[in-house]
Amino acid sequence: MLTPDQRRALARSPAQCLRHGFVQSLPFILVLVPFGLLFGVLSAEAGLDLAQVMGFSVLVLAGASQFTAVQLLTDHAPTVIILLSALAVNLRMAMYSASLVPWLGDATPRQRGLVAYLLIDQTYALSIQHFENNPRLRMDQRLAYFAGTAICACVPWLIASALGFQLGRAIPESWALDFALPITFLAMVAPMLRSPAHIAAAGVSIIAALVFTVLPSGLGILLAAPLAMATGAIVEKRMERLKGELK
Amino acid sequence: MSGFDLKIWFVILVLGIGTYLIRWSFLGAIGNRAIPEWAARALRYTPVAVLPAIAAPLVVWPAATEGQTDPVRLTAAAVTLGVGLLTRNTLLAIVAGLITLFGMLYLSA
Repeated sequence: MLTPDQRRALARSPAQCLRHGFVQSLPFILVLVPFGLLFGVLSAEAGLDLAQVMGFSVLVLAGASQFTAVQLLTDHAPTVIILLSALAVNLRMAMYSASLVPWLGDATPRQRGLVAYLLIDQTYALSIQHFENNPRLRMDQRLAYFAGTAICACVPWLIASALGFQLGRAIPESWALDFALPITFLAMVAPMLRSPAHIAAAGVSIIAALVFTVLPSGLGILLAAPLAMATGAIVEKRMERLKGELK
Repeated sequence: MSGFDLKIWFVILVLGIGTYLIRWSFLGAIGNRAIPEWAARALRYTPVAVLPAIAAPLVVWPAATEGQTDPVRLTAAAVTLGVGLLTRNTLLAIVAGLITLFGMLYLSA
């Protein structure tokens, strides 16, 4: 039996699916615009020009890794370390890509190529939920819904980055904006600390990064991150086994 | 173009291509093969593994104070973390952290 919601979803034309995805993505604007502004501001402070700011936001299109790269560029870290650290932040997207295969795997290569470009936290979270709740959607309906979420999430990000750059040039140096980045990162991490495994991973990450600051700039992150990932995976596995034994 | 400009553009291009390939990986090339369990487990922890490692040294030894540990910045970081944990809301946590930072800097100036 289909619920009324599912029946309504199945009856939508591709254009209506696109509009539906767009509307459901609207609340994300509240988060993406301030982030985009902040990225523009910090990039301006770091000495990037407008083309470079837009280069990041258009070609990379991944907030946390853009912040990472700009911070490490400011620190004059070696290029290899900047790239590895920023790419590590994006590794989670391989998981998104894998989990969309059952839903979008039969789309044409060009469509899948375009979906990959627009695969960010927000478009992924909305789409996978919509596809799982409405498993009988046709491919054109799925793609149109995804496109709707992507337009709504990505365009404000680009505009906000550009505005933030202009804003950044107007803000006096004396403001303590150096500290906006660590605050942003802490604020992104705190809501993720849902399980003992996440807390353990973050704890190891912090301690290791502080201990490894004796190493050349940026290298500490490259050592701390795999240690923390392994910690998270090991604690998760232990917790699962513990739960199994309790049953 | 200065050496720094070249470095920035190099980072943008390689990071853009690399990020695209990560997103394209399973959808584009690997297809229906399942991601190994150990890899999925580790990938779940990439954000909590990388972001604190970048933030921690900046909090404890801020660049603006030439690496001197600063009570104002430590407090602002603690407030951010606390509000983020309690509300699970990133934006609220940022606002609370920035208000603490600028408020305390203003009072101590």
